[in-house]
Amino acid sequence: MATDKNLHILTETYPDCLTKDRPLWNNPAIVIAKPYVPPMTLSSMKPGEIATIVSIHTDEALHQRLLAMGFRVGKHIELIRKARFSGPLQVRIGTTDILLRKVEAEKIMVQA
Amino acid sequence: MKSIALLGMPNTGKSTLFNRLTGSTSRVGNWPGITVDLLSGKILLGNEMVEVIDLPGIYDMHGFSEDEQVVRHFLYDNVPDLALIVLNATQIERQLSLLLQLKQFNLNMIVLLNMADEAKKLGITIDAEKMSEALGMPIFFLSAKYGNGYPETLQAITKALRYSTPGMPETVRNQLEQDEHIEREMTRILQQTVQIPSRMSDNLTTRLDVYMLHPWLGLPIFFGIMYLLFQAIFFFGQPLQGGVNELFGWLRETVIAPLLSNLPGAIQGLLLDGVYNGIATVAAFVPLIVLFFLFMAIVEDTGYLSRAAFLMDALMARMGLDGRSFVMLLMGFGCNVPALMGTRVMRSRSLRLLTMLVIPFSLCSARLQVFVFICAALFSANIAPLVLFSLYLLSFTSAILTAMLFKNHYPNNEPFVLELPPYRFPTLRQMLMRGWHEVYQFLHRASKFIVIGVVLVWLLTNLPPSAAPASAGTWAGILGSWLHPLFAPIGITPDLTIALIFGFVAKEIVIGSLAVIYGLSGQALSGALAVQLDWVQAYSFMLFTLIYTPCLTTIATLKKESNSAGFMWFSLGWSLVLAWLLSFAFYQGARALGY
Repeated sequence: MATDKNLHILTETYPDCLTKDRPLWNNPAIVIAKPYVPPMTLSSMKPGEIATIVSIHTDEALHQRLLAMGFRVGKHIELIRKARFSGPLQVRIGTTDILLRKVEAEKIMVQA
Repeated sequence: MKSIALLGMPNTGKSTLFNRLTGSTSRVGNWPGITVDLLSGKILLGNEMVEVIDLPGIYDMHGFSEDEQVVRHFLYDNVPDLALIVLNATQIERQLSLLLQLKQFNLNMIVLLNMADEAKKLGITIDAEKMSEALGMPIFFLSAKYGNGYPETLQAITKALRYSTPGMPETVRNQLEQDEHIEREMTRILQQTVQIPSRMSDNLTTRLDVYMLHPWLGLPIFFGIMYLLFQAIFFFGQPLQGGVNELFGWLRETVIAPLLSNLPGAIQGLLLDGVYNGIATVAAFVPLIVLFFLFMAIVEDTGYLSRAAFLMDALMARMGLDGRSFVMLLMGFGCNVPALMGTRVMRSRSLRLLTMLVIPFSLCSARLQVFVFICAALFSANIAPLVLFSLYLLSFTSAILTAMLFKNHYPNNEPFVLELPPYRFPTLRQMLMRGWHEVYQFLHRASKFIVIGVVLVWLLTNLPPSAAPASAGTWAGILGSWLHPLFAPIGITPDLTIALIFGFVAKEIVIGSLAVIYGLSGQALSGALAVQLDWVQAYSFMLFTLIYTPCLTTIATLKKESNSAGFMWFSLGWSLVLAWLLSFAFYQGARALGY
C-alpha cells in the first residue's frame, strides 16, 4: 500500500491525481505509485533491471560519444550482464547493445 | 569527375555497399571501425565515370577521434557531389542524430536504410515515404549484404548525381543549440515514422550470448573456439599443402626440368633450385592462407570479436590496455599491418602506442606458414598441432609480458565504450571474396619480395663460384659463421641464421630460403630439416621467428602510425632482445634438462 511519503510526491507531480469520490484503495493513481527510489549509478544496477537515465557526468568528449550511442537523459536503459573480475557492463538502450567499463558506468546516474 | 561519398556510423555496412558498388574486395567485418582509411573506386554510372569514396564510420560530426577528424577534413576539402548516408535500420532511433547533423551541411544526400532485412525480423517498421517527407530527402531500403533494393538505389544515385551539392555553408555550429534542435527533430520524425517493439524479442543473439558471454563459461568457450580453429587449420591445411607440394615437384620433374635442360648449369641451378624451388615452396601455402582467412572472415563477420573484447577487457585493463587492444591482437593473427592501423579508433596516444607495441607479437599468417612446415617436419602428427597451439599461447604471453613491463610508460585513462553488434553470418560471396583478396595480396607480395628474396639467397649460397654450394666458403656461410657467436647459444645453425635474416623482410621467405639453401623442396626439405635439427633447436628457431619483428611492412606501418622513428626503433629493438632472451632461456633450459 502506498505510504504517505509517496502520496506526497505523487500529489506534487500530478496535483489532481487523487479522485475524491473514490475510496483510497481503489484510486488508480495511487495503486500504480511506486515507492520513491533515489538515483543510483548505472554500475550499481543488477542484471535484468531497467532504469531511466537521469544524468551523465563525464567530460565533453565522452559525453558526445555517449550521446551518439544513444545515452540521453530520459531514455530507458537495461543492464544485460556484467563481466567477471569487475569487467565491463553490457547495457541495452533501445535497439543498441553497448559495452562500457565500470568506471564510466559510475558517471551515469539512473533511476529505477 | 563527380564524386560520391559513403557516410554513416561504424558498422552500418558502408564497406559492404562500397564493395557491391565498385566490385572491389575491401575488408568488411562485424566490428565497429574496420575501415580506418579512405578507400576510393571508380564506377561507370549512366554514361560517366564517378568516383566512390568509402569513409571511416563516425558516431558524430563533432567527435574527437582520429577517424572522425579524417572524415571532417575530407568533407571540408572535397565536397562530394552526392553523399550516401548509410544508416543501420535496426538502430534507426539513434542513428538519425548523425543524419540530422549531416543535413545541416546542406549536402546533396540520399539516405540508405541498410540491413532492412534484419530490421524486419526484429519487428521494426519504418514508413520510408513519411520519413522521406519529414526529412526532405530521398530514402531507400537496402540490404547491401544480399543486394535487395540495390537496383533501385543505383537508379536513384544516378538521378541524384545530376544535381550537384550546392556547396558547404560556412556554418560555425553552436553545439548546445544544435544538439537540442537535433533532439527535438529526432523525436518528431521517429514518432511519425517508426514503430519499434517496446521490448526486443528474445532473438538468437540474446540466446547465444547467454552462453558466449556467460560469467564462468565465456572465457573457456572462447579459448575452446580458438583451440578448435587452430586445430582445424593444421588438420586441413597441412595435407593440402603437402598435396600442392607434390604437384609442384611433379611439374618440376616432368615439365620444367626438361624444358630448361639446354641451358648452362649455373643458370639452370638458379632457375630450378633458386627461383622454382623457392616459389614452389611458398606457393604451396596458398591453400593454408585461403583456409586461414576463411576462418578469420567467419570470426570477424559473426561479431564474435566484440564479445572477445567484453570477455577480456578486465584482464586487459590490468595490463594498461583495453578490450579493443585484445581484438587488435586477434586481428593481428591475420596480418599485423591492418591491426596496427585499426588502433586509430583509440583516442589516447599512450593506449595506442602500448597497443601498437604488443601487436607485432601476434602470430600472423606468414609466421603460421613457417610453423606449420617445421611442426610437420619435426613433430609427429599427434603432437604437431599442440606445438602450434603452444606457439599461439606464447604469442599472447609475449604480448602480455610486454604490456606489463611498459604499461607505466604509457599510462592512459581512455574510456572503453563499445557497441556490441548482433551475430551475423557472412554470405558465401563475402567469404570467397575475402579468401580471394588475401590470396591476391599474398601472390602480389610473392611476386615482389619473395622472388627477389629467393634469388638473393641462391646467390649468397652459391657465390663465390669457387666455393661448393651452401658450404662454409660461400658468402652465406661466411655471414652465418660471423653471426654464429650470437646464434649458437640459442641453438640456431648458420643455415637457419640466413633464413632468419631474410625473414626480416617477410616471413613468407623463410621456408622459401631454406628450400634454396638446401636445394630441396616439399617432402625432401622436411626430411633434410628433420636430419639437421633436433626438436629443441627447431622449437628455439620457431620461438625466435615468432617474436623477432614480423616484417619490413610492419616496421614501416609502426613508423607511419606512431609518427615517431624513436618508437619504431624501440619496438624493433625490444622484440629482438625479447626473442633472443626467450629462445636462450628455452634452449639452454631444455639442454640442461637433458633434452
